[in-house]
Amino acid sequence: MKRLLMPLVVFVALAVLLGVGLTLRPGEIPSPLVGRVAPDFTVESLRNPQRSVSLSDLRGEVSVINVWASWCAACEDEHPYVMALADEVPVYGLNYKDERDKAIAWLDRQGDNYTASLYDPDGKVGLEWGVYGVPETYILDAEGVVRKKHIGAITERTLREEILPLVRQLQAEAES
Amino acid sequence: MIGELGLFALVLALVLALMQAALPLAGAHRGQRQWMAVARPAAVGQLLMLALSLAALATAFLQNDFSLAYVAENSNTALPWYYRLTAVWGAHEGSLLLWAVVLGSWSVAVAAWSRQLPEIFVARVLGVMGLVSVGFLAFTLLTSNPFERLTPVPAEGRDLNPLLQDPGMIAHPPMLYMGYVGFSVAFAFAIAALLGGRLDAAWARWSRPWTTAAWVFLTLGISIGSWWAYYELGWGGWWFWDPVENASFMPWLTGTALIHSLSVTEKRGAFRGWTVLLAIVTFSLSLLGTFLVRSGVLTSVHSFATDPARGAFILGLLILVVGGSLVLYAWRAPRLAAGGSFGLVSREMALLLNNALLCVAAATVLIGTLYPLALDAFGLGKVSVGPPYFEAVFVPLMLPLLAMMGIGSLVRWKRHAAGPLARTLLPAATATLCAGLASLWWLGEVPPLAALGLALSVWIAWTSVQAVADRVRGRRRRWQALRTTPRSVWGMALAHFGLAVFAAGVTVVSTLDLERDVRLAPGESIEAAGYTWTLQSVRSTEGPNYSAERGEITVNRDGRTVATLYPEERVYRMQSNPMTEAGINAGLFRDFYVALGERRADGSWTVRIQLKPLVRWIWLGTLFMALGGGLAITDPRYRRLTERARLGAEAPA
Repeated sequence: MKRLLMPLVVFVALAVLLGVGLTLRPGEIPSPLVGRVAPDFTVESLRNPQRSVSLSDLRGEVSVINVWASWCAACEDEHPYVMALADEVPVYGLNYKDERDKAIAWLDRQGDNYTASLYDPDGKVGLEWGVYGVPETYILDAEGVVRKKHIGAITERTLREEILPLVRQLQAEAES
Repeated sequence: MIGELGLFALVLALVLALMQAALPLAGAHRGQRQWMAVARPAAVGQLLMLALSLAALATAFLQNDFSLAYVAENSNTALPWYYRLTAVWGAHEGSLLLWAVVLGSWSVAVAAWSRQLPEIFVARVLGVMGLVSVGFLAFTLLTSNPFERLTPVPAEGRDLNPLLQDPGMIAHPPMLYMGYVGFSVAFAFAIAALLGGRLDAAWARWSRPWTTAAWVFLTLGISIGSWWAYYELGWGGWWFWDPVENASFMPWLTGTALIHSLSVTEKRGAFRGWTVLLAIVTFSLSLLGTFLVRSGVLTSVHSFATDPARGAFILGLLILVVGGSLVLYAWRAPRLAAGGSFGLVSREMALLLNNALLCVAAATVLIGTLYPLALDAFGLGKVSVGPPYFEAVFVPLMLPLLAMMGIGSLVRWKRHAAGPLARTLLPAATATLCAGLASLWWLGEVPPLAALGLALSVWIAWTSVQAVADRVRGRRRRWQALRTTPRSVWGMALAHFGLAVFAAGVTVVSTLDLERDVRLAPGESIEAAGYTWTLQSVRSTEGPNYSAERGEITVNRDGRTVATLYPEERVYRMQSNPMTEAGINAGLFRDFYVALGERRADGSWTVRIQLKPLVRWIWLGTLFMALGGGLAITDPRYRRLTERARLGAEAPA
């Protein structure tokens, strides 16, 4: 009897999930990385395989790392806001589990004002950084400490109310 | 006027659906023959009303009656008449009406072709289908009325989504719905059997042709969708692991498992509880697909305009239908008798493994599809789970499935000694090994996984031919033996062969395709993949409701023109978003595929050129699969045996 009830139990769990899905509320959880120095990495540049970029290049000023991929639909939605953010602060694009040709074509199509694009085809960096899914965005202060992790697409509202204020505050801290 | 007529017919259809549900089910419970006899006429009446309603909506579209909000949203006077007709199911409300019409058609089909079945069983089947219909008609009338009036009446409609202005729109949704909704028949058979407490070989035999028919439609519907996406979206991909594609793929996977487990239940009486559960799960996944597409919980290229009330309603419907049937299952299934025993090396075992792999595959697709939703539900943000996940988990599951298929079509029921089986499989195994080595050597730097994929295609193709050939070999009258081979065996062989063709196509196109984004000015050429691609010209043209830039690209090899392609960049006047119309030259062994991008400041164009080897095999393979299924349905055995079953059922009365 217990065995026969299993499908029902699974379905009830699913139904609860779908029910919650209907009444979504925005929010976020702290990442274990927040407040720590970001794990170092050295990867190839997306557009130039001969060049390598490492995290230490990023230190010294406030920076943002935006994880994206050409297969990710939500990334297209957030890209205009990422571009707007890149006008204020250096934004590094981390291309995650993707193919180089497709990624470059995507950037040419969507627009590219990343300070540099990092290429992580196997998701190795993503693994160390604890990337859940794409897109994700990390905000690093001038010491290279992760101050915020935003999971999911950046919207007009999150950019205006959460990300830009934090970036400006960190920039002010770095100058003083 | 026409709107009120359609609405009135829809309300009448709901009333008839209520009758079709309530009276026969109550009659079957209390043994009232007259109540049970309502089932068939009610089903026919319901379909007539639904057809009238659909015809009313179609007429409104043809007459450009923008006083109906749905017509104004999805049509336009400049839209050609055939797209005005397909616009009937171009958005949520109308496609829901189509859903109901398809369900009504399946009900009438069951009513017509069930004369041989016991009356009480037919009453329950039609009653259950009536219940489902009540749910969907109430949903349509309460939240998604396609006949809603609009005041003031606009002078012009907003036009159909340009992506949907395509011949694919004629066949893709109806086929897909025939498949989705067709599984409601297998579902109703399962529920009727649970209610009656009679789950035996006869039940499996009755369900089989219906289940296979639904599977054939779903196979065709998905393939048409894939082919359409391939030429319409301009990326040259044929499958995107989009949530809505997944929603149609999950019932296909469990439906495939159901077809195979039904054969075990019919032939050997085993897996009864499992088969019933699969029938419930398959239809539940069809309903889940409907929920995912229409509730707006997931983002997708297919999403309909959404409304939280609709989501809540379908979720309630889902809970009633699926929850109710799973409770019934837990309550009734313990009474099921165990089936015949079987050895470790037997067809039962092969089909059990097939079922396990298909269901795990469906589960991984479900997890991948719902994972973004789960993250969102727990407030972790919106993400996309893309092809990397699905390719990483799906391919490793499919490889053993393909290997198992070859054994499954040749191994005997009950028990097959390992030695003789190995001898039967030896030629196929040798051919497979040779094919694997040859592809490694001949194709040079192909990844080992691709060589494995090609080898497994040969394995399946060989064993499916052998499944027929073994019946003939050693017989004196070969022609006679070939002619008496049952159609279900031919069907199985053809469908499996189709999967071999499909697998070969997928393997080759995903490893050897070539894709390049280039910049070309008119008159310029570029060398790629051994061909010279020349952009001859780009001219402006006008369509009925769009303007376009039309390129002419010739593909040359050794000075000879092999193909001329005409890609277009269209701008639809009403909705003013640009659309890429790819230029494709199709061939059995390769497609040339060109999409026009943007015009640059210097007058040159970005052009994406692609060479896609064996891409046609993907759809050729699924066509064979559908034909195989169709062949199996026509096996006269099903009709003969149902007659015998009727005699058996009525004898004690």
